[in-house]
Amino acid sequence: MSAKERVLKTVSDLGLPRLTVILFLIALFVLGAVRGVPVVDLISNSIGRFAMNAMLTLSMVPAIQCGIGPNFGLPVGIIAGLLGLVISMEFGLTGFTGLFTAMALGILLGVVFGVLYGHLLNRVKGQEMMVGTYVGFAIVSGMCMFWLLMPFKNPRLIWTLGGEGLRVTISLSDFFSNVLDNLLAIRVGTFRFPTGLVLFIAAVAVLYRLFEYSRLGTAMDLAGQNEQFARAAGISVEKMRVAGTALSTAMGALGIVLYAQSYGFVQLYTAPLMMAFPAVAAVLIGGATPRTASISNAIIGTLMFQTLLAITVPVTQSVIGGDISEIVRLIVSNGMVIYALTRGQGGGNNGS
Amino acid sequence: MEARRKFSVKAFIKANGVPIMFFILCGLGVLASGKPIGFLMQEAIGRMARNSFLVLSLVVPIVAGLGLNFAIVLGAMAGQAGLIAVAAAKIRGLMGLFTAILVAFPLALLLGWTAGTIMNKAKGREMIAGMILGFFMNGVYMLVFLFGAGTVLPIKDPAMILPQGYGLRNTVDLQVIKWSLDNLLKVRIGPVSLPLATFAASALLSWGIVKLFSTKLGQDMRAVGQDLRIAEVAGIKVDRTRMIAMLLSTVLGSIGQIIFLQNIGTLNVYDSHGQTATFAIAALLVGGATVTKATVGQALLGTFMFHLLFIVSPYAGQNLLGSAMVGEYFRAFIAYAVIAFSLALHSLQRSRMAVRR
Repeated sequence: MSAKERVLKTVSDLGLPRLTVILFLIALFVLGAVRGVPVVDLISNSIGRFAMNAMLTLSMVPAIQCGIGPNFGLPVGIIAGLLGLVISMEFGLTGFTGLFTAMALGILLGVVFGVLYGHLLNRVKGQEMMVGTYVGFAIVSGMCMFWLLMPFKNPRLIWTLGGEGLRVTISLSDFFSNVLDNLLAIRVGTFRFPTGLVLFIAAVAVLYRLFEYSRLGTAMDLAGQNEQFARAAGISVEKMRVAGTALSTAMGALGIVLYAQSYGFVQLYTAPLMMAFPAVAAVLIGGATPRTASISNAIIGTLMFQTLLAITVPVTQSVIGGDISEIVRLIVSNGMVIYALTRGQGGGNNGS
Repeated sequence: MEARRKFSVKAFIKANGVPIMFFILCGLGVLASGKPIGFLMQEAIGRMARNSFLVLSLVVPIVAGLGLNFAIVLGAMAGQAGLIAVAAAKIRGLMGLFTAILVAFPLALLLGWTAGTIMNKAKGREMIAGMILGFFMNGVYMLVFLFGAGTVLPIKDPAMILPQGYGLRNTVDLQVIKWSLDNLLKVRIGPVSLPLATFAASALLSWGIVKLFSTKLGQDMRAVGQDLRIAEVAGIKVDRTRMIAMLLSTVLGSIGQIIFLQNIGTLNVYDSHGQTATFAIAALLVGGATVTKATVGQALLGTFMFHLLFIVSPYAGQNLLGSAMVGEYFRAFIAYAVIAFSLALHSLQRSRMAVRR
């Protein structure tokens, strides 16, 4: 294979949007270095954002593998995680006790919600993405009423004067903000590496790899790859889809708990509304398709997408003096999703 | 005879479940709000006048088999671009309104073509593609008006441009064309005033849509909407027909957004189009339309009921639970839930049909 052919093959394997993102990233780093933006800060910032978002992206992997496609209903899991968080905080739990209680409650609720949601998705095969999106929207806006009306008592969670219900944004600083980030954290000057959180995510990723080799894992993957074949092999496709959805939803719940502990705030009400989209975009940028995904797709995708977002702000600020990060986010993430949706034929249930 | 009659009542309820449920919900909401009927009618009629054109613009793609057109946001963006041009050039009254439509027209065609091309490549997932395309184009739209206005686009008015010298401010005052259509022909009946000219625009569109479906093109759209493959075999140019439906919907959507905003009077440059698709689609579904079937009547009935519920829910929330916020969250919930429900119901019916086949 000549050098030219090799380059062409790499390009077609990566796909145009992915290649654009990579080139854009390189250009931004070079531009930043030239303009004197401290590159160490950029890297530190990128790692922080990666760790914060990685679990939410990882939750896309079981969903895609079991055949429901990218989980646009991620807010279902996020709500479970938020419930875990506020319940743990309502009891005044702090430190690792608080964090692990929130995680355990979130995962538990996530499995319950996920099983219900998975049964719904089994009835709407072929339209999982659209139904998922609007089920997510409906649950988030329905939960707005719940946050407003539920009798939470802890004064740090509710408005002290004049307001009603839980606060829109609750600070975690009195509870367990950054406990996992700061565990074994490495600090050199302005550089900061959240070792604890990264190790935790690595552990989940390794566990998931092991799960992929298990009976359930392989059966789930087969159900997503080829329904007829899976059925012939005696696998209940419906059960596998429910299992994958439940796993994805539970990981989404875990994801928002990690996100909140890293961010230092719990955001309620309409904040989770759009949270599925960056996770979907990240896994697709990492090389997944609506039919196939792996842990490495999620990790690489989150790293690329979050790095892009982290460095766009300071670099473009130094060049044109305006913030175009929101615009870059909208165009890159949604461009990637459109690209994935328009390529190839999806599941056998498409078309009328 | 009696048994047959009973059966038909049951069938009627089954076939019209969503509108009936909404009718009851609206009735309860009106009672709980404790507001006089005259006030509520005035509000509902005003909202109906400004929203029905947008809702009607969704009918054609549904019949052509493209599903709920979430890409209607693209039309709204084109309409807003037209309004921004008119506000910058300070063209007043009806003249301004028509100029806005004229400016929006080529933009809507371009955006509609983009949407049509993408949807033809994403058959079976047109709705999600359309929705994501809306988000994507919102990025492009922001790029154009945050960085293009004042630099590439010749807008100089300091009331419109940010202090830095480029980029549009968050709100653009549409005083020049405010109520230009609404006030053209206004009739008062008791406590309620009717903007007849605005209703006439919707009526004209309704008539046009009904007429369209009796033409060859309209019949082709129906055939394509029923079954792509059969339409293809019958010699209909499927992709072309779907493209025309998208172009039509996007252009109508741009006009709809212009009519909507001439009533509101101010344009939130980066926000006005945010909920256009959700609210218009929810209104249509409330009237009894589905992902594959929609009529002009359903669009109009749905717009009325959806917006009546929209008006009463904060008051009802205040009266029942002591919180207007609950009512506001409730109406957002209803909008999303009715879409989720319709989508799920549609897929459910389709998979049942597939099993039967």
